[in-house]
Amino acid sequence: MVSATLDTSQGVIDIKGVSKNFPHPDGSEVKALSQVELTVSGGEFVSLIGPSGCGKSTLLRLIAGLDKATTGTLELDGQTIDGPSAERGLAFQNPYLFPWLNIYNNVAFGLRARRVYKRLKSMVGQYLELVGLGKFGQVYPHHLSGGMAQRASLARALINEPRVLLLDEPLGALDAFTRMNMQDEILRIRSEKRITMIMVTHDVDEAIYLSDRVIIMTPGPGKVEKILAVPLTRPRARNTPDFLSLRSRILEILNFAGRLDEPAYQI
Amino acid sequence: MVKHLLWPLYRLKDDYRLRPIFHHLAAWAALLALILEINLAPSGLQPPTERPYLRYFLIVVLALTIILPLAARSPERKAKILAKDNFYAAAITLLNILNIVTSKYTLIPAIFFPAPDRIIAVLFEDFNYLILVCLFSSGKLLVTGFFSGALAGLVTGVAIGFSKPAAYWLNPLIKILGPIPPTAWIPIVLVAFPTTWAGAVFLIALSVWFPTSVMTSSGILNVQNAYFEVSSALGAKRVYQIFMVGIPAAMPLIFTGLFSGACSSFLTLMTAEMVGVKSGIGWYINWQREMLSYSNVYAGLIIIAFSFYSLITLFFKVRDRVLVWQKGMIKW
Ligand SMILES: Nc1ncnc2c1ncn2[C@@H]1O[C@H](COP(=O)(O)OP(=O)(O)OP(=O)(O)O)[C@@H](O)[C@H]1O
Ligand SMILES: [Mg+2]
Repeated sequence: MVSATLDTSQGVIDIKGVSKNFPHPDGSEVKALSQVELTVSGGEFVSLIGPSGCGKSTLLRLIAGLDKATTGTLELDGQTIDGPSAERGLAFQNPYLFPWLNIYNNVAFGLRARRVYKRLKSMVGQYLELVGLGKFGQVYPHHLSGGMAQRASLARALINEPRVLLLDEPLGALDAFTRMNMQDEILRIRSEKRITMIMVTHDVDEAIYLSDRVIIMTPGPGKVEKILAVPLTRPRARNTPDFLSLRSRILEILNFAGRLDEPAYQI
Repeated sequence: MVKHLLWPLYRLKDDYRLRPIFHHLAAWAALLALILEINLAPSGLQPPTERPYLRYFLIVVLALTIILPLAARSPERKAKILAKDNFYAAAITLLNILNIVTSKYTLIPAIFFPAPDRIIAVLFEDFNYLILVCLFSSGKLLVTGFFSGALAGLVTGVAIGFSKPAAYWLNPLIKILGPIPPTAWIPIVLVAFPTTWAGAVFLIALSVWFPTSVMTSSGILNVQNAYFEVSSALGAKRVYQIFMVGIPAAMPLIFTGLFSGACSSFLTLMTAEMVGVKSGIGWYINWQREMLSYSNVYAGLIIIAFSFYSLITLFFKVRDRVLVWQKGMIKW
């Protein structure tokens, strides 16, 4: 089990000069990311925010090791990232639970894949409890609500005790109330597990509510425009003056960026 | 209104609703068939059987149609049995008509259309030979062919689904060889294989192999890539992904392939037995046809119908077991 004390030496992400080009059907190249520099310290929560097409998912996929950077290097705790691995957990907007496995076996998947299930099977129950699905182990995914499916997918990613959890709009498909509950849920899990979390979101409030730092990205080519620290104490309220002023600053930066490039970004 | 006019045909149920009197239609149909069988004199154009088998049969049917709904342990089970009542009634009536047309008045040639009595007699008197010798032999052939074909199909499909070189070499092979009806190979198989039995196994395997490999590969190629990405981020390596992600995700299509393979294997089995293999139920039917004993031919057909029906039922049971996770998602 990961100790509850903050260990900042683990889960450090180092991104140096990373660019990613995709071939475009017309033969040219799409510059999805250009010269991204970013360091995330251990146990930190950062959000990637920015208009559609600014390369947020691309950056997350590079960290996950699902794609290779065109130039530059990505490192986790000093080790070059060169493929997907169980130490970097992943959750998408679509939970992608394996429909042929019940929730218990979905959560147990990582243990089995790493051949440690026999030794660690008690963890499955613990992680089901952690996300509040203790009673739903025998249920198949298509019986779960969107929020429950997303919890199950978090438990499945967390059971490997990754050093980093990568979240691509994990709450994007949920209704406003479920979404706010899940935000608190994520904070609770983080306070228990203390792992680095990098989350893509379109929701400025969500980014401020959850993050230590907000990374604002702009498109054409995708790059990091600005990094804002969120100096609010936790637990946070969503309506304090500080919260709201931070919110309008981020919107300002995004709108400004929008006017320079493509049509204005609407939130 | 109509119900009130037809009052005599209805009776009051415990819950005071009107229900038709002819509730147990199948039992009435069986009773009618039995009465006609006993009271109408045979035409004398059909060779008589040693015993009145049809009467025995109808008595058993009558007893079952009465006892089964009564013996049902739960109301749901009883409702389920009674839901099929009309169908059984129609089937029994058809038998009744057939009996009158063939045995009682012999309106169609007796040699090609034997009385039900004679067919039941064959089933009864030749039971051991039909089941223990013929059906067993067919079963052995079918099972050997089906499982080797299914295994080969799965391996081919998985190889195509996961390996580019395998797809490069195997896809054209499947496209060219697959559509040839397996029975078209018979002339070659008869000379190329050491025994006709081995040849028949090959043909049956071939007819299962084609649809299984096509559906397996297309099932695997259609698995959303996100499932492989998620599983690799969970620490799954290539081989583990093939068996724990690719194949389970492709299972619904694999079963579609196995099903068409099974249907085509039945056809191949019968043809192979009729033209080459000198045993089995297909061979029996052909042999009896040559001897013009059509009651035996029909008996053979009935056995085939029941065996294939049972196999298909078993197949669907297995499929529903394996695909429980799809409950409510597919129907075919
Ligand atoms: N596999 C790919 N092939 C070609 N182009 C791609 C590919 N993936 C992303 N792109 C392009 O790279 C750019 C960045 O895409 P990305 O998905 O990272 O944006 P995003 O910020 O996540 O957008 P959204 O907010 O809509 O999810 C886009 O212009 C997109 O068209
Ligand atoms: Mg995205």
